[in-house]
Amino acid sequence: MALEDKYKALTDAATAAGITDLAVREQDGVLYIDGTASDGATKDNLWAIYDQIDPNFTSGDLVLNVNVAIDVAVTHAKVVTQNSNLNIRKGPGTDQPIVGKAAHGEVITLVNRSNDLWWLVRTNDGEEGYCYAQYLEAQA
Amino acid sequence: MKTTNLLMSMVIATTLFFVGCKPKDAAIQAAVQAKEATGITVAVTKGDVTLTGEVADEAAKAKAEEVAKAEKGVKTVINSLTVKPAPLPVVISEDPTLSKNVIDAVKDFPMVKATVKDGVVTLTGEIKKPALITLMQHLNALKPKKIENKLTVK
Repeated sequence: MALEDKYKALTDAATAAGITDLAVREQDGVLYIDGTASDGATKDNLWAIYDQIDPNFTSGDLVLNVNVAIDVAVTHAKVVTQNSNLNIRKGPGTDQPIVGKAAHGEVITLVNRSNDLWWLVRTNDGEEGYCYAQYLEAQA
Repeated sequence: MKTTNLLMSMVIATTLFFVGCKPKDAAIQAAVQAKEATGITVAVTKGDVTLTGEVADEAAKAKAEEVAKAEKGVKTVINSLTVKPAPLPVVISEDPTLSKNVIDAVKDFPMVKATVKDGVVTLTGEIKKPALITLMQHLNALKPKKIENKLTVK
């Protein structure tokens, strides 16, 4: 219960932001918050609140797993790396050979998102392979 | 004429009967509502009580029904309460899967070292603040048991 109190501002904000499938539960001294946000800004806002409550996330008492909902109709994604190119790999994993690259800011075609972490994409040059989903932003 | 009169009196009698019922229903409604937990809505029609709303568990649902049944003047209780679904269990990745995904997640943060043991991800090394948020977002999505962040934030 103590953890729910500590992160109350966060869960309240999640509820207010209309996070779907919101689940908050404590287990073995860690609070787990899962849900789906309607957009990236909502997710970032929750992370900003988390950072306020627990600066630099050093307490190790929260796992905040809020992902951004993606419309099934979405077919394109933008490369949102810091500034570098994004590797396109043969399979889902950094142990897989690189088969191509997508430039920072480039909009590429989404082929399949069945894997949460690695999305199958196709570049405008026709290269197909897997990219790390965290560096892709679905285009509405 | 006689038939009309008879019908009229029947209508009046019926109306009186229902009107006579109404205050009683209202009283029952108020009495039961006062005894039920918050979140439960009580409706009464001719002594029949209908309970609607959401309760935490089956026990609370049964209890609410008993409370209503115990009230004087209640004929039947229609228990339409729904039980709140149990929260989703916490899913924690197995170490082999988690380790592989952690390697993928920290690959772009060369100053960060991550180890995985029994679902706990331990981070050491150093990182810049904006990158820390990105890294933590990546790691939190991997269903770890816990993240021990021992990074020095530059």
